[in-house]
Amino acid sequence: MSGGTEQAKPAAVFSCQEVNVHYGAFQAIKNVSLDVQPKEITALIGPSGCGKSTFLRCLNRMNDLIETCQVTGRIELDGADIYRRGFDVVDLRYRVGMVFQKPNPFPKSIWDNVAYGPRIHGVRDRAALDETVERSLRSAGLWDEVKDKLDEQGTRLSGGQQQRLCIARAIAVNPEVILMDEPCSALDPIATARIEELMYELRRAYTIVIVTHSMQQAARTSARTAYFHLGELIEHGLTRDIFDSPKHKQTEAYISGRIG
Amino acid sequence: MTEAVRPALARRYRQERLLVLAGKASIVIALLFLAGLLGNVAVNGWRALLRAEIQLPVHFDPAVIGAAGEHDALAYARLVKQAARADLAPDAGRKARKEAQQLLSFGAALQLRDAVAADPALVGATKEVWLPAASAAELHLKAFEALPGAAGRGLNLSERQATLLDRLHEEGRTALRFNGRFFTAGDSRDPEAAGIGGALMGSLLTLIVTLIATFPVGVGAAVYLELLAPRSRVFDFIEVNINNLAAVPSVIMGLLGLAVLIGVFGVSRSTPLVGGMVLGFLTLPTIIIAARAALKAVPDSLLHAALSLGATRLQGIVHQVLPAAMPGIMTGTIIGMAGALGETAPLLMVGMVAFVVAVPTGFGDVATALPVQIFLWADSPERGYVEKTALAICVLIAFLLAMNAAAIWLRRRFEKLL
Repeated sequence: MSGGTEQAKPAAVFSCQEVNVHYGAFQAIKNVSLDVQPKEITALIGPSGCGKSTFLRCLNRMNDLIETCQVTGRIELDGADIYRRGFDVVDLRYRVGMVFQKPNPFPKSIWDNVAYGPRIHGVRDRAALDETVERSLRSAGLWDEVKDKLDEQGTRLSGGQQQRLCIARAIAVNPEVILMDEPCSALDPIATARIEELMYELRRAYTIVIVTHSMQQAARTSARTAYFHLGELIEHGLTRDIFDSPKHKQTEAYISGRIG
Repeated sequence: MTEAVRPALARRYRQERLLVLAGKASIVIALLFLAGLLGNVAVNGWRALLRAEIQLPVHFDPAVIGAAGEHDALAYARLVKQAARADLAPDAGRKARKEAQQLLSFGAALQLRDAVAADPALVGATKEVWLPAASAAELHLKAFEALPGAAGRGLNLSERQATLLDRLHEEGRTALRFNGRFFTAGDSRDPEAAGIGGALMGSLLTLIVTLIATFPVGVGAAVYLELLAPRSRVFDFIEVNINNLAAVPSVIMGLLGLAVLIGVFGVSRSTPLVGGMVLGFLTLPTIIIAARAALKAVPDSLLHAALSLGATRLQGIVHQVLPAAMPGIMTGTIIGMAGALGETAPLLMVGMVAFVVAVPTGFGDVATALPVQIFLWADSPERGYVEKTALAICVLIAFLLAMNAAAIWLRRRFEKLL
């Protein structure tokens, strides 16, 4: 702030302490403590079944939908425990948006897809909705491709366009955090590159947590990387440190392609 | 290796060809049965589209029907008898006169009364009028017109009546006309006057009650069971029982309706209201099962997307899941309704088997339904009902086809919206 002094480290958006997740008798997440810093991309990597998607879904409590799922520990969003009794899960998801592995646009028009979020939160005014739709589609880099066919079915777009539509839909409610669960795994390399560019743009305005199978993707896009293995957080730090000089053997083995 | 595979390969292809052949043969057999059924009812029923009329000079005698034609239908029946006597058996004996009168339907009297009501100036005049023939005469005249398959010639007619009709036919005073009344009139003791309109309306009203009573409950139950209910022992118990409910014989549902709806709740019997609710017992499990299947087929990702935007579970279901499942729900509902349309036994139990002349106009009117009407006519000894029965079957099948067409149309429409 004032000249010369080092800028104080901004408070974490998510602060997770000793998070454990059980599916019935199976423990999917073991004692994970992890902070998510604002306005940057955090990548969660690790082999299949390591719990990275489970952990991601704890952050907007999508795990609530699974009856057998039990979450313990503290996950704080801006200092408030989101698993506290009485914490409003609708409000949480309004603040923490999500983009899924498979593009899942609603079987409705492009306009309806993007406007759905603001509408359920009470925006009725057509002009305001139009503006939100345009702003969101522009942010998602989709506006020029669809501006003449906003009333066409969202499901008729190509896979990459559908995923960008889903991103537009998520940012239409102006969340603080966007969670992305392997957003490119169903896309070809060109569409993947576009999404990565988009994520890079969006990190200026949003905190992004992404689960990815692609090491290159994590290396290219994220500022911080967390490596999960069998439900444990093995290593967490700046992406360049993790990739250049991993502290743990396991991390190194995974990154260099020997396991996973 | 290939030496061993080749002979087996030929055998595998032969098996495949046999399977295709067997499939085709089954379809041909099914189509033959269907064609046989439809052909049979069409051949038997199409003559019911025609009714016979006889031309008679009628003197609208004020002494019989009143100075302004205000007397009742029985007076007009006397008028018809006078006309028949005067023209067809002018100087014959009592028996011949009676036989001449019998050639005309009671409907003739009603027709004359309506004519006078429409034009009071007719009173006192004499006019040539086409009047509907009685059933036996109608069958005879249809045979006379050499309609293929008409078997009624001379049946239930005396020698004198047959000769009389033959003479009228030669004089050009008989005609076969389109029987539009069949589709609008209610049932009648006289086959020539009986119509399917009452039963058609009864079925329609009954199905409306069934739809209103079952669709919301069925879809609601399906949504709860498929999307909201926690999996537990109670849940399994309910699930098993819904499937059992779908298999309960319909006549037992009729008894349930009789005991509970009429016996306990005092719903008036023989009405579309009680009939519709009893058919609802039968349709409800069908709708629940079909709606659950349709809801299950909607990918979870739609609900998850809605929830991730901050929708409540109810909003996600109502805004995204239900619309996506609607085509399947509609199809299941209409299949259930089509099954209800053809149900006879439970309606017999709640008194919708009554002989109903008036066309019902409301849910509380005494009514009958299409399959019950077919049952009643098929059970009647009069020859004239045979062709009516066949035509009624055609009407029932047409009703079913219309419902299925509606199902397809609705599904297409909803799929387009999606």
